Amino acid sequence: MALITRRNLMKTAAAGLTLPALARSGLAAEPLKVGFVYLGAIGDYGWTWSHEQGRKALDAALKGQVVTSYVENVKEDASAVPVMKDLAQQGNKLIFTTSYGYMDQTLEAAKQFPAVKWEHCTGYKRADNVGTYNSRFYQGRAVTGTIAGMMSKSGVIGFVGSFKIPEVVMGVNAFTLAAQAVNPKITTKLVMIDTWFDPAKEAAAAETLANLGCDVIAQHVDSPAVLQVCEKRKIYGFGYGADMSRFAPKAHLTASLDLWGPYYIERAKAMLDGSWKSDDIWWGFKEGLLGMAPYSKTVPDNVRAAADKIVADTKAGTYEVFTGPISDQTGKERVAKGQRMPDKELLVMDWYVKGIQS
Amino acid sequence: MRIRLEKRLTPSRFMQIATPIASVLLTMLLGAIIFQLIGFDGPRAIYETFITPVVASYKWQDVMTKAAPLIIIALGLSLGNQAKIWNIGAEGQYIIGALAGAGVAFALPNAQGFWVLSLMIAAGIVGGMAWAAIPAFLKIRYRVSEVLSTLMLVYVALQVLNYLVSGPWKDPNGHNFPQTPPFTPAQLLPHAIAGTDIPPGLIVAIVLTLVFWLLATRSVYGFSVRTVGAAPHAARYGGFDASRTVWSTLLISGGMAGLAGILEASSQLGQINLGFPSGYGFTAIIVSFLGRLHPVGVFLAGLILAVTYVGGQVAQTVVHVPSATAGIFQAMMLFFILASDILVRYRVRILRDAPRPATAEAVA
Amino acid sequence: MNLAFFIDALITVVGVTTPILLAATGELVVEKSGVLNLGLEGMMLIGAVTGFAVTLNYGPDLGDWAPWFGVLAAALAGAASSMLFAVLVLTLGSNQVATGLALAIFGIGLSSLIGAGYVGMIVPSFDSVFPDRLASDPLWRVVFSYSPLVYFALIMVFAVGWFLNRTRAGLILRAVGENDLSAHSIGYPVIAIRYAAIAFGGALAGIGGAYFSMVITPMWAEQMTAGRGWIALALVVFSGWRAGRLLAGAYFFGVLMTLELYAKASGFSFLPSQFWAAMPYIAAVVALAVISAREVAGSEAPACLGRPFLPNS
Repeated sequence: MALITRRNLMKTAAAGLTLPALARSGLAAEPLKVGFVYLGAIGDYGWTWSHEQGRKALDAALKGQVVTSYVENVKEDASAVPVMKDLAQQGNKLIFTTSYGYMDQTLEAAKQFPAVKWEHCTGYKRADNVGTYNSRFYQGRAVTGTIAGMMSKSGVIGFVGSFKIPEVVMGVNAFTLAAQAVNPKITTKLVMIDTWFDPAKEAAAAETLANLGCDVIAQHVDSPAVLQVCEKRKIYGFGYGADMSRFAPKAHLTASLDLWGPYYIERAKAMLDGSWKSDDIWWGFKEGLLGMAPYSKTVPDNVRAAADKIVADTKAGTYEVFTGPISDQTGKERVAKGQRMPDKELLVMDWYVKGIQS
Repeated sequence: MRIRLEKRLTPSRFMQIATPIASVLLTMLLGAIIFQLIGFDGPRAIYETFITPVVASYKWQDVMTKAAPLIIIALGLSLGNQAKIWNIGAEGQYIIGALAGAGVAFALPNAQGFWVLSLMIAAGIVGGMAWAAIPAFLKIRYRVSEVLSTLMLVYVALQVLNYLVSGPWKDPNGHNFPQTPPFTPAQLLPHAIAGTDIPPGLIVAIVLTLVFWLLATRSVYGFSVRTVGAAPHAARYGGFDASRTVWSTLLISGGMAGLAGILEASSQLGQINLGFPSGYGFTAIIVSFLGRLHPVGVFLAGLILAVTYVGGQVAQTVVHVPSATAGIFQAMMLFFILASDILVRYRVRILRDAPRPATAEAVA
Repeated sequence: MNLAFFIDALITVVGVTTPILLAATGELVVEKSGVLNLGLEGMMLIGAVTGFAVTLNYGPDLGDWAPWFGVLAAALAGAASSMLFAVLVLTLGSNQVATGLALAIFGIGLSSLIGAGYVGMIVPSFDSVFPDRLASDPLWRVVFSYSPLVYFALIMVFAVGWFLNRTRAGLILRAVGENDLSAHSIGYPVIAIRYAAIAFGGALAGIGGAYFSMVITPMWAEQMTAGRGWIALALVVFSGWRAGRLLAGAYFFGVLMTLELYAKASGFSFLPSQFWAAMPYIAAVVALAVISAREVAGSEAPACLGRPFLPNS
């Protein structure tokens, strides 16, 4: 911990006598310090947990070459800037800020620490020393959507979302389109609860969807409450971001996993060999940023095969869920037959596909 | 042996100053012990939380940035608290103030010159006042407790903010995220003193501290507010209008909260998003009490609370204490200051003779 | 739309309503005794984390009884945290508003600290207290399918209504809340009565919190009550400090919150959802104004609410 305080300086001074001895014993090459700013608690089995797994993967992969540290529960307001500056002050040369709400704060901190390289997750503002990275979460939704479409008996599936932001809209659209591809009669009931975290409201939303006939429910909120309701109601659900089967052993069919490790390792390597530059990364299954949790016993073989095929075809580049024809809720065609939606349009998506009730 | 409390004729000056200092020191001591017991480096956690932000000069700007809104809001609240008007909805007035100021900014996207900012700030003050006027009206007209109405309106204000940033005021170029467009350069507050990092809010806080201090010590109004609080009946005989006090204290505290809100929006974030409400309005209540409702005390208490915020984050990165730590320390300080309040108003006597009967206030 | 649909919806409403009802019932007694404890959110969270931790740690030893001990522990933890408040406001005469707020902040922080090690774990939930035949009957499940805490909440609100209005002890408690000085001069132990009321309020808030971590979603997550403590405060105000209206109001709030979800899932989003979320608070302010304007005897706020009791000052 290299925080410069008067107390630490005195400690360093006291330790000064022993320093030369240490230097001779081979500690001369300083390891790269990498910092992480987290939105939630590392134990949340969701968003922050998956980033923490990425940090651990980085630690393991580049043992001895990197030293990592993190700060959890950092609010998405102006108070995030001091946290980022602290990490820079402590000697971190590469800092990952892992939530959309840190966008302007990251740029602000980056301006004050131009020698530090910053990586902002899911944002769109960059600078010479600020890159952005994102995951094609919707590719995982296409897999779970396929499973939902095949497993649903009622033809009505549910989705509990947080806010109408592009990431969530892409998710519910991909989920619905993939389900409709295997069962054209599928409709998706969507409830946006206007918060990322409120387990009781998430649970009530899931119950409501179950009451309205949904027999498979996906979620894009921060707690596993929806899965717990699915378990109680003997219907199916999916984990999101992390394997959540411990919360609902019977209901949990599978989960799309956020695997940030490969990216963190690559960027740290780029720092070590001096090739880092500000970039705009949007990776998915192919690059190893997404994965699937093991299927539960209840998923039949033909469904597993169909889901595996989506993963394989996505990796091969032969499958893309946002391929036309796609119509919106009003029936207007938005993407022509055979066309793929360009990334630029996906990233600002604010309309729902036909078959979504919201 | 018994301990007896005797009411002082006038509040003890010594205790008024000594108890807040003792509260902070006790919190540090007890905090170190508790965190040591539950498996953290307790003394280090306390050092990083309370001392590092003071001794490490690069932390000063963060402390000043945090302190400014706390002080501005708490100055207004302290005035009301002196009259025993409890506005605990400053968080809501802070939000509405920021929104009102932002509304002006969005209505005048191309305007240049300092008058845009002046108008935004004025709108912020008026917005906060308007939100506080609802409980004031309800209290005067229907005798509705302002404690409850101001608190309820915080949650209404939160929803107003959610509605505006995810609906009518959503940034068309913001990738459809719930946030307003950024303010233009003319709508952003510059640093108070060019070339330094002193946040503009802090200058406002310093000036307002002086204004409130003069108001409290040199004006009839300040005297009337205190009288209404201390002796409502006497105040009525003295010709001080209680309902005028309700109106004025609630509007002033609402206006201060609104001012803090627009200052924060136009100097820190430069836009408004869902993360804007960060609890300053509630923390300012702690500041008000820790500062013993005195403007200078409030100023110092605001700095101390800001230190715990900033230091709490340092302790989080260095000692890996949970983020909740700062909140626990803040609550402990408030508990201690409230508990020691009795020492200001009472004299503690240790009696060695047999207990006298009928001392209802005695604590065995 | 058929009967089953309404039964399902009603069951959801009950789940949404119960924790608010529990916390508000306790707070009603506290406020009736003339004390305003704003620390509900903190006490609920302390109850939630304690109930969860006890159930998890002693689950293997206690078997089916573990959740019951968890609830008991939640009640004790809620009551214990309320004593912190009680000592300050009753014995040391501190300001109730500030002390209650400090309790809320303290409880949020302390529960996060205690709960840090429990994030991501799960506990077994309550089994239904009624035989499966009744609990899963298409019709009778509307009565018999709930967690025991639901029935407990209903029993408590009726018990509190009966206590306040029909018993001598309740009359004394109300007298203490209406005019503490007179009550004191007649010889009632004002401070002791208020201590008891605050402990009761803390215990019910603790159980209300445990409902989140043990029934709705059997897990612990930081701040998982997500502001229900403040809604419970609004509910007490909305009820006009009457047990019957408290029950009705709780279900009114519960129906509002559930309706919002139904409206969205069915595609009838005719009002912005933020309006629904703000409704309980707006309703409370309006009710407060109406009640205060009408000044119906007995329905008004206890006269001493929030005032410190200092007999010889």
